[in-house]
Amino acid sequence: MEDTELHTISFTLNGVTQRLRVAARRSLTDVLGQECGMKSAHMGCGQGDCGSCTVSVDGVPIRGCLLFAVQADGADIRTAEALANPDSLAAIRNAFKKHRAIQCGYCTPGFMVLADYILRNELSLDQAIQTLSANLCRCTGYSPIVSAVADLLAARAERGSGP
Amino acid sequence: MNMIGQSIDRVEDDDLLQASTRFVGSLAFENMLHMHVVRSPYAHARLKNVTVGKAASAPGVVAVWTGNDIRELPPIGFRRIPDRDLLQHRQPVMALDELRYVGEPAAIVLATDPCLAEDAGRLIAINAEIRPPVLDCGTETDARTEARMRGSNEVARIEKGYGDVEAAFAAAEHKISISCRLARQTAVPMETRGAIAVPHPAAAGFDLYGAAKVPHANRQELARILSLDIGGVVLREGHAGGGFGVRGELYPEDVLVAFAALRLGRPVKWIEDRSEHFLAINHSRDQTIHLNAAVSKTGIIAALRARITTDQGAYLRTHEIKVSDLSCAFLPGPYRIPAYQATATVHLTNKTPCGTYRAPGRFEATFAMERMIDAIARTLELDPVEVRRRNLISAADMPFDRQIEATGKRVVYDSGDYLQTLDTAIRAFDLPELRRSAEERRQRGECIGIGLAMFVEKTDTALHETARLELAADGKIEIVTGTSSLGQGMETALAQIAADGLGFPIDVFRIVRGQTDRISQSGGTFASRTTVMAGSAIHEASRIFRRKLIETSAALLGATTEVITLRRDGCCINGRNVALSELRAMIDASAHSTQLIAEADFSSGAMACPYGVHIAQVKVDPDDLSVTVEKYHIAYEIGRAVNPDLVKAQLLGGAMQGIGGALMEEISFSSDGQPLTTSFADYVTPRIVDVPAFEILLLEDWPSPTNPLGLKGAGEGGINAAGAAVAAAVEDAFAAKIAPRRLPITPKALFDLLSKTDDGLISPLRRR
Ligand code: FES
Ligand code: FES
Repeated sequence: MEDTELHTISFTLNGVTQRLRVAARRSLTDVLGQECGMKSAHMGCGQGDCGSCTVSVDGVPIRGCLLFAVQADGADIRTAEALANPDSLAAIRNAFKKHRAIQCGYCTPGFMVLADYILRNELSLDQAIQTLSANLCRCTGYSPIVSAVADLLAARAERGSGP
Repeated sequence: MNMIGQSIDRVEDDDLLQASTRFVGSLAFENMLHMHVVRSPYAHARLKNVTVGKAASAPGVVAVWTGNDIRELPPIGFRRIPDRDLLQHRQPVMALDELRYVGEPAAIVLATDPCLAEDAGRLIAINAEIRPPVLDCGTETDARTEARMRGSNEVARIEKGYGDVEAAFAAAEHKISISCRLARQTAVPMETRGAIAVPHPAAAGFDLYGAAKVPHANRQELARILSLDIGGVVLREGHAGGGFGVRGELYPEDVLVAFAALRLGRPVKWIEDRSEHFLAINHSRDQTIHLNAAVSKTGIIAALRARITTDQGAYLRTHEIKVSDLSCAFLPGPYRIPAYQATATVHLTNKTPCGTYRAPGRFEATFAMERMIDAIARTLELDPVEVRRRNLISAADMPFDRQIEATGKRVVYDSGDYLQTLDTAIRAFDLPELRRSAEERRQRGECIGIGLAMFVEKTDTALHETARLELAADGKIEIVTGTSSLGQGMETALAQIAADGLGFPIDVFRIVRGQTDRISQSGGTFASRTTVMAGSAIHEASRIFRRKLIETSAALLGATTEVITLRRDGCCINGRNVALSELRAMIDASAHSTQLIAEADFSSGAMACPYGVHIAQVKVDPDDLSVTVEKYHIAYEIGRAVNPDLVKAQLLGGAMQGIGGALMEEISFSSDGQPLTTSFADYVTPRIVDVPAFEILLLEDWPSPTNPLGLKGAGEGGINAAGAAVAAAVEDAFAAKIAPRRLPITPKALFDLLSKTDDGLISPLRRR
C-alpha cells in the first residue's frame, strides 16, 4: 500500500519544538533519525523486541519503532543526546563509561534512556533491574550495565541522605 | 610510561556516549537511492522467471533488476580454496535458475525512498516450480532435486588424525561412545547489516561504507566480481554494532549496492531489517558430533574417534568448509590423546548458508570433548576433575605439536601449564565449597548442579599484518590499521600499545582503521587476532617511529640525536620543548625534511593459544524445567593483558552469549523449509534477568612466545566452553541421571530427557 499523504505534526525534542510533515506510516525512530538528525535513533529490530530505539515520550520510556511519528504529535520527546537534564546526562555517561557498560554502543542510547527513567522515578535496584530487562544487549553480558545503574542509584541515595 | 597492563578508560566511549558516532544507518549522501531486496519465499524451487510487472513504473522507482540482469557477475568467492571442486557451490549474487533457501536474493528494487522501494518489491512475482527441500544431513538426493549434489547432499569430507587408533581400540579396557548435537544458531549483533556504495566519477570505482571485519579481503573480492581495478574500490568502516564473526563477510547485498551504484551513477543505500537478518546473515553451529574413546580403567584416553556432520545450508560462502575443519582440529582440546582420527562431512541443505560465529568450530568441539570427559568420569565412577587431570597435556610437553593442521596450518599449542591453571581455578573459585553447598541445597530439595569445562582457544595469526604511525597535521600521531572495530575496544588497546612504545600519553594518538585507501594490507579482525597481530605490528612501528622522530627533530633543530629526549607530547632539546604539532609545522616548512611515517609488518608462523577453565552453577526450576545459571566463573590464561578490564569485558560478554547458546538459542525450520525464527521473540537471547554472578580471573603466567609482547587473544575465551560447562552443571543437578548432550537445553529438551529415565525423575520434581 502506498501512502504518500503527508501530515503536519509538531513535538518538543530535547526541549526544542519541531514541526514536520511526515507520512502516517513512518515510525518515530525513523523520523527522529532521518528527519531530526538524532544519531541516537537506533533501530535494532523494528519489531518491539530489543529496545535499541527507546526514547522518552512524556517522561516514559517507549519503543520508538512501535510508535508512528504522527502519534507523537504534541508530545515531549527526549533522547539519549539530552536525557532529562545535563546533570543526569553527565552522571549517566560517566557511570556507563566507568563500568564498561558500552562495547559496540548500539544498544547504549536505549539503556541510557532507561537509566534516566530509573533515576527520575527513584526506583529500587530490583525495580531497576526489571526495567532494564526491557532491552537487549549482545555485547556486554549486561552485568556492567547493571553495575552502572546500581552505582547511580547508590550515589543518589547518598546525596538524598546528606545534609 | 608503562601503558600495557593498565585498565584505562576506552577511547571509543565519548564518541559513542555523545551519540556523535555514525553507524551506517545514519549516513546519507546527496541524490542517494535505496535498495530493497526481494527474497525467495521458497526453500527449494526451480526459478522459471521473475515478473517485474508494475514494479518498474511504481512511484519513486529508478530500476528493478533480477538475476538475469546480472548474469555476468561471478559468484562470491572463498578467501581460501581448500579444493577447487567446491567452487561449484559458491553463492551467486542473485538466484539464477534455482532458489535454494528462503531469503535468497531474487530481485532488487532501487527507489528514491526506502518505503517506496519496499512497496514496489511487493509487486514483483517470483514464478517457480516448487521442489521438495533437503533439510537434513545425509539425505539421499536425486537428479531432480539437485543436480550438483549427485546422489547425496554430502559435498565435502575432511579427515584428520595421527597415531595408531586401531591398535589403541583393540587394546582398550573401556570403549565409550557419545553423540552430541548443537542446534543452528547465529550471532545476532544488535545493529543489523547495512551498506552504502558511493560511485566514483565515470564508474571507475566506488566507496563502500558499512565495511567491517576484513575490508582488505572484501576490497579485492569486490574488484574481482565487478571487474574493477583494485585501487578503485575503497572500503570505509565507521562504527559497527557488534560483529561476532557474522558481520563483515562479503554478502550478496554488498555486491548488489556496489553494482547498482556503478550502473546508476548514484549513491545506493541498503539497511537490513531484522527479519531479513535472520534469513540472510550467516548461520552457524548446526553440527552433530559422535565420539568414540578408547579408555584405560584409570580414565586415560588412549585414542579418540570423531565423526562430525555439519549442516552447511544452501551454499558455501566466504568461509567454505572452514568451521568443520576447525572442529576436527581443535576437538582434542587440552588433552594428550595419543591417537586421534576425525572425519567431518559437510552437507548442503535448503537453509540459510552457514559461516563463522564466535569460537567457530571450537564451541562445538569443546562441547563434545568435555561431554566425553564427563561420560568417562561417569562410566568409571571417577571425579570429572580427576579425569581431566589425568589426561591434560603437561607443561613439560610445551610447545605441544598436535601433529595435525587447522585450515592448512600446523596446530601447535605455544605455551602454558594446563594443570596449574586448573588447580588455580579450583582454588580461586573454591570448587570444593561450591560442590558442598550445592549438595546441601540438593538435600533440601533444590535442583542445583556444578559443571566444569576446560578449553584451548587459538588466536589466528593468518596472513601478516601491517601498521603505520604518522604524524598528522594537528600534531596527533595517527595509528593506521586495517583491522576492524566491532565494539571490542580495539582502538583503546592499540593506542595503549603505541603509547607504551613511544612513552607518549594516550590522547596523543588517533586510530584510523578500516579505510582500505590508508593502508596497503591487513588480515582483518577475526579469531581474536586484532590485538595480537595489529598490536605486534604497532609495537614494531612505534620503535621505528621513535627513532625517526629523534632523527628528524635533531636534523631540523641542528642538534645531535643524543641530546634529544621525548617528553609528554613532543620532544625536548637542550631544555627547549618542541610539541609534536610544532614539529609537524617545521617539517612542512622545511624543504629537506620528509613526513614522519613509520610502517611495520608483523608475521608469525605460529598461533598463540590462550586457554582456561569455566565453572557454572545452575538451578533447575522443578515446575517449568527452566535452567538458571546462578554463578559463572572463568579463569583465563591470556599471556599478557593489554587492558585487563577490556579483556574481562570480552570474556563476560562472550560467556553471556555462550549461556544463550547453551540454554535458549535455536534457529528452526518447518518441514517445508520455512524459517520459524525470524525475530527476537522467536530466537530468544539472554536478557538481564538471565545474568549470573560472574567472577573472572585473568592469568598472565604464560606469555606467548609467538609475538614480541607475549599476547594471546581475548575474543572467544568467554564463549568457548560455556555450552560444555552449563551442560555439565545440568547433568550434576540431576546427580548424573541424565546426560544433556544436545544444545540448547531448553525446558522442552530437558523434559524429553527426563521422561526417558526409567526412575521417572520428572514426578518427584513436580511434587515439590
Ligand atoms: S527497534 Fe524498537 S524494539 Fe527493537
Ligand atoms: S554494547 Fe553492543 S549491543 Fe550493547
